[in-house]
Amino acid sequence: MNVAKRTFDAVIVGAGGAGLRAALQLSEAGLKTAVLTKVFPTRSHTVAAQGGVAASLGNSTEDNWHWHMYDTVKGSDWLGDQDAIEFMCKKANEVVIELEHYGMPFDRTDNGKIYQRPFGGHSMNYGQAPVMRSCAAADRTGHAMLHALYQRNVRANTQFFVEWMALDLIRDADGDVLGVTAMEMETGEVSIFHAKATVFATGGAGRIYYSSTNAFINTGDGVGMAARAGIPLEDMEFWQFHPTGVAGAGVLITEGVRGEGGILRNASGERFMERYAPNLKDLASRDVVSRAMTTEINEGRGCGPDKDHVLLDITHLSPDTIMKRLPGIREIAIQFAGVDPIKAPIPVVPTCHYQMGGIPTNYKGQVVVPKDGNPNSPVAGFYAAGECACASVHGANRLGTNSLLDLLVFGKSAGETVVEDFQSGQLKLKPLPADAADVSLARLARLDGQTNGESVFDVGLEMRRTMQKHAGVFRFDNLLKEGVQKIGEVAERAKRTEIKDKSKVWNVARMEALELDNLIEVARATMVSAEARKESRGAHVRDDAPDTAENPNGRDDANWLKHTLWYSEGNRLDYKPVNLKPLSDDVEPIALAKRTY
Amino acid sequence: MSKRTVHFKIYRYDPDKDEKPYMQDISVELEPSDKKLLDALVRLRAKDDSMSFRRSCREGVCGSDAMNINGKNGLACLTDIDSLEQPVTLRPLPGLPVIRDLIVDMTQFFKQYHSIKPYLVNNDPPPERERLQSPEDREELNGLYECILCACCSTSCPSFWWNPDKFVGPAGLLAAYRFLADTRDQDTGARLDNLEDPYRLFRCHTIMNCVDVCPKGLNPTRAIGKIKDMMVRRAI
Repeated sequence: MNVAKRTFDAVIVGAGGAGLRAALQLSEAGLKTAVLTKVFPTRSHTVAAQGGVAASLGNSTEDNWHWHMYDTVKGSDWLGDQDAIEFMCKKANEVVIELEHYGMPFDRTDNGKIYQRPFGGHSMNYGQAPVMRSCAAADRTGHAMLHALYQRNVRANTQFFVEWMALDLIRDADGDVLGVTAMEMETGEVSIFHAKATVFATGGAGRIYYSSTNAFINTGDGVGMAARAGIPLEDMEFWQFHPTGVAGAGVLITEGVRGEGGILRNASGERFMERYAPNLKDLASRDVVSRAMTTEINEGRGCGPDKDHVLLDITHLSPDTIMKRLPGIREIAIQFAGVDPIKAPIPVVPTCHYQMGGIPTNYKGQVVVPKDGNPNSPVAGFYAAGECACASVHGANRLGTNSLLDLLVFGKSAGETVVEDFQSGQLKLKPLPADAADVSLARLARLDGQTNGESVFDVGLEMRRTMQKHAGVFRFDNLLKEGVQKIGEVAERAKRTEIKDKSKVWNVARMEALELDNLIEVARATMVSAEARKESRGAHVRDDAPDTAENPNGRDDANWLKHTLWYSEGNRLDYKPVNLKPLSDDVEPIALAKRTY
Repeated sequence: MSKRTVHFKIYRYDPDKDEKPYMQDISVELEPSDKKLLDALVRLRAKDDSMSFRRSCREGVCGSDAMNINGKNGLACLTDIDSLEQPVTLRPLPGLPVIRDLIVDMTQFFKQYHSIKPYLVNNDPPPERERLQSPEDREELNGLYECILCACCSTSCPSFWWNPDKFVGPAGLLAAYRFLADTRDQDTGARLDNLEDPYRLFRCHTIMNCVDVCPKGLNPTRAIGKIKDMMVRRAI
């Protein structure tokens, strides 16, 4: 196959919030940049974020970034790195204000400032009471943000390669990153994108689970590419199950509904969160609420004929508030749950939503791996930001509204680092290895030639069911052990997938087969990392690691206060320390404590 | 709900092997949980992996799966499968070149969107904090900023079919008014100049197909009317 070569200063893979924010930095600095995206930028999954972006603007209640930092560290169950968390919370006001200047249509307070609403786990004065920190554009914040970022990139003349799917990361013998291979969907042609800097902003892989709020495109492409190229994946056992996915359909209902006063109720109409989180109640952090809901359902207090969901009730809110603050949610409830939430509660269940782990990075957006005794040695030429990356600011559990903040702060930060490294002359265009495209071409040739293989649909379904059953909201040792074996078997089957469609032109079957390769890496990483972690922390809760005086909530800091690193080759695990030290000397570390809400 | 079968007539064309497009008769058995047209199409793909269409969020916010459904443009993910008369006839969005099956080339559509300078222009030095905007002024943007660029409207518009290179089309004009209506934007004059042309704005003949098909319930015709009002007001 003929492989064209294209050369750029930088190539960004992904055009969601993080990719677009990074692109803006590079375009405005005049770097020759290519942004590869498998969907038109405004179709990226950032578009589906609803409730808001966190920043301690203090427009409606008193607030400051120290409180935000405390909430984020506590939300992470102390697995988040405190340098990166300090950096993010401190930068929040700046990046949100910038976005407003780009034209983002935030809702407004009566005095014309950005409207802010309460959100789960965000508090005033170190956990005392809910705070209004989530900056919102109705319940379409992600849509408004993604469009504003795309529009600003139109102004900056960013060069997009739309409907190009990145296939594999190119590294040379030194391990330096030299770019990616990619396929143009319309023609099926493969090109090499050779660049001094490669930025991954490819989003999460929520599609490894059967029940997910995520879009079809959320297949962990960057995470899979990195893993295949020998980069370890960090903390992949931590997956967020969002409390309120529409029962059956999986579509997201924002936590902003509870921020505006919504209440979760069980079969007897009880506001059960009062028992689990007496202080923040329905606005406790997501892992806590999802577990409470699952417990209610498991103990027979679920709603409906099969007692398999709980109800999210906003019938006590005024129709005006619902129409003004939650218009998109009303549409979704009518479309996917068949209820008008003005009149009746919405059936909801915890649904896979967000990948806390990912490609290990530092707060500058550089990808870091263990090398020569340094657990965080930067990989030359490689950067990552957003959900595909693990900075790590979310640790074992992400707070709502911190994902949109993450992609703004670290998209910008990765972009700034690339520009600095470029301008200092540190980035070089190293020669491409002769076999730069061979891995990708071999994968495509395998698919073209495969006979008697299984369908991508069947193997994918088996993966999703296995993840759902073996690595869900609550985790059990026997199920995890069995899960490791099962997902290994599914991974073997994925090597023999067969597609009937061999067309060169816009071949969806080929794209889905290649995406499955990426999902499989993520699924393996998740199961193996989860089986190994013998404690409960944040979103990872095992029945054999219960709440004791020594291990509060089952968290075992003596043995498990550390980041997991999973290597694809050999299914190997390694660990590295959590950074408990903030970035600035004058900022006090947030001391370990039991998490209660 | 028991298992049910849905019959389709679907536009098929793969330039790699087909000399010309054809309509394929095909049926699929649905699971009880399949509610939307997109669910049925995903089911169809499991049976025939060459069936090509775009899709992503499956909840009506990304704008990928716009198509012509029984003669009317809409999103597959927001269309109840049981509400459709059978056989369900699916064609690519009208008026744009077909790449393959239900996938159209949207270059012309985005070119028109880009032509209206779809970004906020404000040349004052950025203040330290947010630019203030009253809730009432912000409300002017409702019904404008929610557009998902699915192209259902522009590709249902006869004026756009005739002059896709000259008429901005309902989606682009809705976006144009979104910035004209924003109190933070300072480019009103240039924006109106850009549209003052026999084709770019004035090819809208208020046929209102755009309003009829918009899956987000938006009203491009009203936005176009408001732009025309602004033109008139600045002329007198």
